[in-house]
Amino acid sequence: MRQEGAAGGLHGFLAAGLRLVRATAFRLALLYLAMFVLSVGMILGVVYRTTAGFLEGEIGETIALEVAGLQDHYRGYGLSGLVDVVRTRSAVPNNNSIYLLTTAAGVILAGNLSGWPAAVPNASGWTHFKVADYGGVTNRPSTAQAVTFTLPGQFRLLVGRDMSEIDQLRTRMFRSLGWILGSTALLGLGGGLLMSRGAMRRIEAINRTTRQIMSGDLSDRVPRFGGGDEMDRLASNLNAMLDRIERLMTGMRQVTDSVAHDLRTPLSRLRSRIELALLHETEDAEVYRAVLQDTIVEADRLLATFTALLSIAEAESGAKRQDFVPVELAEVVELAADLYEPVADERGQRLSVEIRAKPMVRGNGQLLAQAVSNLLDNAIKYTPDGGTISLVLDGPAPGRAACIDVADSGPGIPPEMRDKVLQRFVRLDTARASPGNGLGLSLVDAVATLHGARLELGESAPGQPAPGLKVSLVFPPDGRR
Amino acid sequence: MKILVIEDDRQAASYLAKGLKEAGHVVDVANDGKEGLFLAGAEHYDVMIVDRMLPGRDGLSLVQVLRAAGNDTPVLFLSALGSVDDRVKGLKVGGDDYLTKPFAFSELLARIEVLVRRRGAAQPQTRLSVGDLELDLLSRSVKRAGKAIDLLPREFTLLEYLMRNAGSVVTRTMMLENVWDYHFDPQTNVIDVHIARLRQKIDKDFPTPLIHTVRGAGYSLRAAEG
Repeated sequence: MRQEGAAGGLHGFLAAGLRLVRATAFRLALLYLAMFVLSVGMILGVVYRTTAGFLEGEIGETIALEVAGLQDHYRGYGLSGLVDVVRTRSAVPNNNSIYLLTTAAGVILAGNLSGWPAAVPNASGWTHFKVADYGGVTNRPSTAQAVTFTLPGQFRLLVGRDMSEIDQLRTRMFRSLGWILGSTALLGLGGGLLMSRGAMRRIEAINRTTRQIMSGDLSDRVPRFGGGDEMDRLASNLNAMLDRIERLMTGMRQVTDSVAHDLRTPLSRLRSRIELALLHETEDAEVYRAVLQDTIVEADRLLATFTALLSIAEAESGAKRQDFVPVELAEVVELAADLYEPVADERGQRLSVEIRAKPMVRGNGQLLAQAVSNLLDNAIKYTPDGGTISLVLDGPAPGRAACIDVADSGPGIPPEMRDKVLQRFVRLDTARASPGNGLGLSLVDAVATLHGARLELGESAPGQPAPGLKVSLVFPPDGRR
Repeated sequence: MKILVIEDDRQAASYLAKGLKEAGHVVDVANDGKEGLFLAGAEHYDVMIVDRMLPGRDGLSLVQVLRAAGNDTPVLFLSALGSVDDRVKGLKVGGDDYLTKPFAFSELLARIEVLVRRRGAAQPQTRLSVGDLELDLLSRSVKRAGKAIDLLPREFTLLEYLMRNAGSVVTRTMMLENVWDYHFDPQTNVIDVHIARLRQKIDKDFPTPLIHTVRGAGYSLRAAEG
């Protein structure tokens, strides 16, 4: 059990590690780290080279000067003078200088080394050797740098410096450089990890949200960190997109619910009517004919409802916006009035049309015509016989490009119900008696929204017992759609 | 008439064929675009009824191919896509008419009739006459039995449309499309009111009516038989 847990833990750790390595942010962090370490290493290398090189150069120069001095001395005072000087200088305690003067046969005349170093000098006579092997001044196992040459008379002279201090310095430098490089790498790696972890956490949060949404919960939103960086922008764009999707889904659900509710009833009526006709066996063909005719009427009503729903959906989807063309509103209004004038006339109503201007708006002519005829249809339907209906088209004014008013002398709509009547399938109790599917104003509303227009419901004769309804379609000025 | 039906839904195709045959037409059915193209090329038809959605080929492109090949048989599109844009698209590629599913059969028959007639009467006319009714397109005047009848501009257009299709059934939708350019059905039956008005002026004072109601379909303008 515990083992399994441990294995699981290890597995999880490995998986997390793999995920980390696969994460873009982490890979970037590693790349930065490599660049960083490389450049720091190069800088440190240069520093090291210059420092060590400078010290070595200094020593070389000191030795060269000393050699020149000794050579002068030898020329001036001969071998005995040279031996004296070398002896004196070698005897100075704790000094870093190394001397050795031998005959051609290797007999030591003076100096502080026990023997001639075996190391082969390079072309310019420089040689390196371990001081301890030749019993230097100190017993340090340090190296020395020396120059050797042969004096006239086959005497050999070696002048050098114990390099142990420089060596120590070099080691110390090397070590600290290593430390610096190591901590740089660690810092870079840690920083990179933290950075990528942070980025990953936020991306993971976005992924979590999208998974939640895919599982059907549309209410979830991507968290924002308030930094206003591109991740936050991504999050807010995603959220805006989700808001829009949710609105569309809600609309769709409403339609589906309404369809289920409002179309089921007539469908089941249709079905039971046919069923009853089949149950009552009769020889009379007329009975069947009547049932079939009723059935067609009912089916036509259903189809009209469906068509209206589809028109609304089409207007609401806004997909037609790219097909907008300039529309002469006067034509739309005149045509609708022309179509409905005889209908109003039949009910003894007076339909007056007033074209005050001839504004053009960009839009969909068919949908606008449908909206205006729906408004007229409603006005005629709800105005008592002998009433008046007025249709007015007005041109630009502050804050609008055009305005279409349809006012009637009917009962009107109480203010608290005005928002409600725009919803699909909503029919006020006063309207129940007249034919209709409760989609007329919903379509007008959808068409208005599509054109960026405002739909305003008000009263045509405020304060009267029959205040009437005044519906205004207010089109926004150009460029504000 | 000889009619080619290109429709992939076999049930819908056989129902169409049955109805058209009962109306006295000769019908061939193609169940996909390929067969449809073959038949349209091999035979002569008076009218073709093409479904917009065909397997492997959109009905639109089929008609495009036919028109490009010089075939000018009248085409009526059938489609479940009923938006104005879809209709416009259908007419743009060379369709002559467009009907949205589900449709009334009487509507289909009326439209086929008018399509074929329209092809026949290609010459521009300045005078139309049916029985003792005369309509002069130039002076925009109407006479019946020599008596001038005063019509409003829209009534004149409506009568002109009925007279051009005299003898055929004209549905309410066809009138809305051709006289008002409305490609949707208003909630109220406005057409009936317009026809009633027209009847007042054309038929009321005369013994024989010219405008006849065709139950369940629409109206037909025709002179009395015999």
